[in-house]
Amino acid sequence: MCGIIGVIDRQKQKMNGSGIKEALSLMNERGSGEGAGYAAYGIYPDFEDCYALHIFFDNLVEPKSKVDDIIQKWGRVVHQEEIPTKEQTNLKRSHVPWRYFFKPYTDLMTGSLTPGEDIVKRLVMEINSSTIEGALVFSSGKNMGVFKAAGWPEDVANFYKIEEYEGYIWLAHNRYPTNTPGWWGGAHPFNLLDWSVVHNGEITSYGTNQRYVESNGYQCTMYTDTEVVAYLFDLLGRHHKLPSEIIVKAMAPPFWDEIDEMEEKERELNKAIRLTYGPALMNGPFAIVVATHDGIVGFTDRIKLRPLVVGEHGSRLYISSEEAAIRTMDPQVEDIHMPGAGEPVIGRVVT
Amino acid sequence: MSLGSVPLKYRIQIDRQQCMQCMRCVDNCSYGVFREEDDGNILIDSRKCTACHRCISMCPRDAINLSERPVDYRSHPLWTPEAREDVINQSRSGRIVLAGMGNAKDYPIIYDRLVLDACQVTNPSIDPLREPMELRTYLGQKPSKLDIRKQENGEIELNTKLSPNLELQTPIMIGHMSYGAISLNAQLSLAKAAAKTDTYMGTGEGGLHKDIYPYQDNMIVQVASGRFGVDINYLERGAAIEIKIGQGAKPGIGGHLPGEKVCTDVSCTRMIPAGSDAISPAPHHDIYSIEDLAQLVRGLKEATEWKKPVFVKIAAVHNVAAVAAGIARSSADAVVIDGFRGGTGASPKVFRDNVGIPIEAAIASVDQKLNDQGIRNKVSVIASGGIRNSADVAKSIALGADAVYIGTAALISMGCRVCGNCYRGLCPWGIATQREDLVSRLDPEVESEHVANLINSWTLELSELMGAAGINSIESLRGNRSRLRGYMLDEGTLDVLQVKPVGA
Ligand code: SF4
Ligand code: SF4
Repeated sequence: MCGIIGVIDRQKQKMNGSGIKEALSLMNERGSGEGAGYAAYGIYPDFEDCYALHIFFDNLVEPKSKVDDIIQKWGRVVHQEEIPTKEQTNLKRSHVPWRYFFKPYTDLMTGSLTPGEDIVKRLVMEINSSTIEGALVFSSGKNMGVFKAAGWPEDVANFYKIEEYEGYIWLAHNRYPTNTPGWWGGAHPFNLLDWSVVHNGEITSYGTNQRYVESNGYQCTMYTDTEVVAYLFDLLGRHHKLPSEIIVKAMAPPFWDEIDEMEEKERELNKAIRLTYGPALMNGPFAIVVATHDGIVGFTDRIKLRPLVVGEHGSRLYISSEEAAIRTMDPQVEDIHMPGAGEPVIGRVVT
Repeated sequence: MSLGSVPLKYRIQIDRQQCMQCMRCVDNCSYGVFREEDDGNILIDSRKCTACHRCISMCPRDAINLSERPVDYRSHPLWTPEAREDVINQSRSGRIVLAGMGNAKDYPIIYDRLVLDACQVTNPSIDPLREPMELRTYLGQKPSKLDIRKQENGEIELNTKLSPNLELQTPIMIGHMSYGAISLNAQLSLAKAAAKTDTYMGTGEGGLHKDIYPYQDNMIVQVASGRFGVDINYLERGAAIEIKIGQGAKPGIGGHLPGEKVCTDVSCTRMIPAGSDAISPAPHHDIYSIEDLAQLVRGLKEATEWKKPVFVKIAAVHNVAAVAAGIARSSADAVVIDGFRGGTGASPKVFRDNVGIPIEAAIASVDQKLNDQGIRNKVSVIASGGIRNSADVAKSIALGADAVYIGTAALISMGCRVCGNCYRGLCPWGIATQREDLVSRLDPEVESEHVANLINSWTLELSELMGAAGINSIESLRGNRSRLRGYMLDEGTLDVLQVKPVGA
């Protein structure tokens, strides 16, 4: 099941986390109290040009000193601290969430057009692929952060004091796990660099997608299918520089019957996408919302086996599994509609 | 001292009470098992029988009975009857033992130890009768990425040009069987079936007979070491070109079509003198290294103005993955890997049964190597050699193949009973023969229907299997090894296949 919700304020006016917490809690029917999480963009204005690395440490002794070692090889830690939390009776604290504000030495990564990102990606892959036991990077973008744990949405929100963060984009996820229950790393949102993903569903093409991203230098380490979406967005968006509607087309393309009916130019484009990005096509039931610093995009699988509802109100765009969640966040919301299967819903920052 | 004869391989018996003396068996058996005596009695020479089942399928009374190995040897686990007979035959002849069809040794079949997945609860299966199910497959080079820009006015610009690809409506193709090895009627049936099912078939290395021209858009023309029948007309007629380096049934050696099979028509199509043996050398004498192959690929592309995909076929041998990676670095569009169970008209038995590796492992290791090197998208992978049903097709694709070639299965759908005597040119089903009376037994109208039925039914089954696995597009099955599990496979094999054991 799982419940998802995402919101963007296209004028970049900030919202604190209280609204989304309420909206997410409303969808408790879709969760099981074993995982919830939030992602927010624009929350670290004081460290705007640092990568905020959020890490779960099993303890602050061994894993942390190892992580300190390797990240200090690749860059400078501008500031670090334990992520402020408040104990909740219903939430078992399994890890110490920590954050580093990190500036990579970009000259260390030669031959890359985006050396900063590539260094951070490398660090994430290295730390997470079990070379360092007891440490897991779960958020690595600039001026954004993911906050997640095993628990009900309100407990997780209160644990991280989510109301105290102010962001112009929020994503949230209420989990009903079938795999890796109770594991903090298994909760959503999943994040890599600027990309955060919340996902409801199961990807039946996971093996194919995984092989594709692995052949392009990513390592799937989370034992769950959602991380692959973040990597696909990073690969297609950052490396291949595809516009987001094209990324969505690659992941949830039109059927050949529809493509055959298109005008020549359109047909060629869609055929090229399907041929080139066949291994990126995602099959199985899903509804997904992906965020980056300049926008969000929501879409479903090609036959819409999971719900997705969109609402707008002024500069705000909401995408969620349930209309009621949107209405909870914004009772004045207008223009509620349901996008078609595979049709991208895009909200972009307009400054 | 004489070695004497070896015991009968098959015994044919006629239930004389059932028999109506119609003499169909006499007329139908091209191996001469039955003879009509003057008194109307039927004499049987079981020693000549190949178990081709022609008589049995033609007998209106079900009066014919065939038993295999009616005479026992003293049983021995090492010295099987076959081992003993090969020794006896070779001591007599001093020759290489020839054999037809695929590997007949009792190796474990990996396909039968792989199981497919289906959806339950957490994701719904998809009903192909109600929802679209896409099996359309493109074979050929694909770019590693697209250059797509969004213009100021919001228009999307595509700046990457695709190379020519073959478009198939099913991932099942018909493999290369040459005119010469099989009859024209057999080839015609296959060609018609390929056209009916929107797929492709291979010409084999026997050239392209003019009667096949109407189906040339569904033909992949082969260039093999003998270069039989190759000229610019041939290359231009094919939808794609395939360079054959090796074949699963006989890796490392060439081919030999006996002069008796080279009738006038075959000789014209192959462009060789009638009655002469058509010998394909073991290597291509202009390919002694991977660079030479790359040159030939380019040469063929140049000759056909870069309009046609060029495939390269190799036998699945131990380092098949590295060879495939070399091929992927040329301008080739697809690598065809032929497993050690691949069929053939004639092969030295020692090769057929002992050289090469199973196709399942070859697909997995080729796909993995190409993936590791980041060039999987550059070429398509076509698998062949021992694919018996739609499940084998699904498993091949899940292991990493883009499409498969079927050979023996297509022949069976035209009557072949896998008797393994194709090299003798007497096929009573009109398939592996050039004898006119036998060839005329095979009606291309009827048989093309059978072959098409087979491809269509497998295609249907494949969509059902995909739907059950919650997949509605073939590209999501490709290389999706997480939807396979190995049952009673050893750890080493699981590791090569990158498949988890059942229950994991
Ligand atoms: S085909 Fe059958 S019925 Fe006819 S002659 Fe032969 S054994 Fe008798
Ligand atoms: S093609 Fe003919 S000769 Fe060859 S195995 Fe089949 S039935 Fe026997």
